[in-house]
Amino acid sequence: MSPVLGKDLLDLESLSAEQLRLILDTAEPFKAISERAIKKVPVLRGKTIVNLFYENSTRTRTSFEFAEKRLSADTVNIAVAASSIAKGETLVDTARNLEAMRIDMVVIRHPASGAPRFLAQRIESNVVNAGDGTHEHPTQGLLDLLTLRDKCGRLEGLKVCIVGDVMHSRVARSNIWGLRKLGAEVAVCGPRSLLPAAIESLGVHHVFARVEQAIEWADALNVLRLQLERMQAGYIPSLREYNRVFGVSRARLERAPKDLVILHPGPINRGVEIDSDVADGPHSVILDQVTNGVAVRMAVLYLLAGGRPELATAAQGGDSR
Amino acid sequence: MTVRPILLRGGRVLDPSRGLDVAAGDVYLEGGVVRHAGARIGDPADAEVIDVSGKVVSPGFVDVHCHLREPGREDVETIATGARAAAAGGFTAVCAMPNTDPVTDNQAAVGFVKRQGVEAKAARVYPIGAITLGQKGERLAEFGEMIQAGAVAVSDDGKPVVSSQMMRTALEYARTFGIPVADHCEDPTLAHGGAMNEGVVSTRLGLKGIPSEAEEIMAIRDILLARRTGGHVHLCHMSTRGSVELIRWGKDRGIRVTAEVCPHHLSLTEEAVGDYDTNAKMNPPLRTADDVAALQEAVRDGTIDCVATDHAPHHYDEKEREFADAPNGIVGLETALAVVHTWLVAPGILSLAQLIDKMSCTPARLFGLAGGSLAPGAIGDVTVFDPAERWTVDVAAFRTKGRNSPYQGQVLTGRVHLTLVDGRVVHRLGA
Repeated sequence: MSPVLGKDLLDLESLSAEQLRLILDTAEPFKAISERAIKKVPVLRGKTIVNLFYENSTRTRTSFEFAEKRLSADTVNIAVAASSIAKGETLVDTARNLEAMRIDMVVIRHPASGAPRFLAQRIESNVVNAGDGTHEHPTQGLLDLLTLRDKCGRLEGLKVCIVGDVMHSRVARSNIWGLRKLGAEVAVCGPRSLLPAAIESLGVHHVFARVEQAIEWADALNVLRLQLERMQAGYIPSLREYNRVFGVSRARLERAPKDLVILHPGPINRGVEIDSDVADGPHSVILDQVTNGVAVRMAVLYLLAGGRPELATAAQGGDSR
Repeated sequence: MTVRPILLRGGRVLDPSRGLDVAAGDVYLEGGVVRHAGARIGDPADAEVIDVSGKVVSPGFVDVHCHLREPGREDVETIATGARAAAAGGFTAVCAMPNTDPVTDNQAAVGFVKRQGVEAKAARVYPIGAITLGQKGERLAEFGEMIQAGAVAVSDDGKPVVSSQMMRTALEYARTFGIPVADHCEDPTLAHGGAMNEGVVSTRLGLKGIPSEAEEIMAIRDILLARRTGGHVHLCHMSTRGSVELIRWGKDRGIRVTAEVCPHHLSLTEEAVGDYDTNAKMNPPLRTADDVAALQEAVRDGTIDCVATDHAPHHYDEKEREFADAPNGIVGLETALAVVHTWLVAPGILSLAQLIDKMSCTPARLFGLAGGSLAPGAIGDVTVFDPAERWTVDVAAFRTKGRNSPYQGQVLTGRVHLTLVDGRVVHRLGA
């Protein structure tokens, strides 16, 4: 049980501003570990972590695995086909079996919103949500916060617009909670058919129908991935039109009154929600997000294992800066 | 064996079917029927005298909508356990929905439900037959034969009748026999994949929502088809303010539309889902406080005719899973009186007489069932309850096999003490 975070990290909605700042501050010293020749500290030596993935996710799973290994934890990856729900073992049985093997933490990715909380209520181990359905993706939210804080020097008063398929996005929800709690102004922009009906209830400051308005208003854009399935399900008529109306292009950015920081949770659909010259351009922080993802996840794992934030610098060794 | 006569002595005798309200009176049952209900009488010879002073004696409650799961899912409920749960909740008659496995869509299946109900020797069980074979929405079931075997209404509940033409035909054909067509109002294209009400909570939890319009579009379609056909459409488990307004519109025009509302939709909102509590998952879903207020007012002013439980037991394993994958429905027979009393009578929205009217007299009349009255000669179906008694809901003590209740652990007021069917005690609190 972490004195700072409690047992689990399930969402950003239930964290306080103080807890969020603490995670981000703890992540700072962990960044250095990944820059060293020997990328390993013994902080989680002897701890066993299971990465339980009910959905494919190369990026998030790899990022967690690096974070775990660089902290010297023993890790096991389990990929469960989501289609086995009907015939296979229930989630709670799977978790109880894992726990019977005396594990310490479960990092879970699941297509059903609320699955990590369901699990956390039923097992003793720490549970980290690595993305649940269309609910939250808290470590993604944290790495976005860290990247924005690095790039802009502050979050207080920063204007961030989330662009795209907010309805189906767990990244959007975690971003909205995290940014608001740390004093940023948050807007969303996208076709109304891809915004939740009650989006205003999440406390966003603006809902923009035109991406041009978002670009004029914002300091930073977080551009969401548009899943091909959304077109097949009839939420939008075509990817082509989506790009023409909502795509973040250089031409649109050049008309902005200031340079915008561009984030994207990946993987990118080049030429759909974001044009290649923007993704690869000077204001894109997409790869910084990936780098920060490992540091933030190290911080979360460290804190959940009972690590004290003020000792994080000492924990990473401090001898090779 | 002849049944010994029973005298229920000294209770408040309340029978809204006759405008009867006697503060401390007697009800005398003999030969399976009510012989007297009203002022105090002397002790009849050979009668068992039961002191019910301080309690209310009313016509037995009638539930026109429950799921007893037999045949097919006897592991979660049987007609016998369901009928006993009904009796424990003060119900002397329940109507069993036909979404069993196999579907109750023919005279043999209806006869089976009827027989199992008789065997249970608890609350009466009236079968409801399916509207279409297999509830597939394709071919009309044999209403005439099912009615002969004991069916009192038809419904494809659990599923809507998607085809408007099929619904039209069902209303016309049912009119021939004078039975209601009970519809589960849901536009399947709007509701598709939804797990809870579409709104603030679904947005926060990242769950796909079911908009109010999924219900309302089908409600108005049914009302318009009832106007076209002259058939009696009964709208199941209404959950939104919009539906209430549409029913009011239909009734104002003399259309034969009646409607029911469940205790949970009169008492809980979408907030009860909390952090993915599957015991707050049902279809239609819990809505907003505004919808609850509209439904409460609609029961009071008669726009909604009656209360029905939509009792839907599930195995605990089935509810013990990810929210989107958990089945819809909660048990309701054993908490219905207390929920309606706690949320509507205690705050003064309904009188006790209105509660009895909505839970007994009116549902019996709508579905053409015996009961719902203490008039001399009426069947001896009687409920005795203490409206003031506070008790804590404990699902482990339920007669139903189901344990899925959002009221677990809550303190409610209003408790059933005695239920009599055919002048015989079928439930006694503590027995």
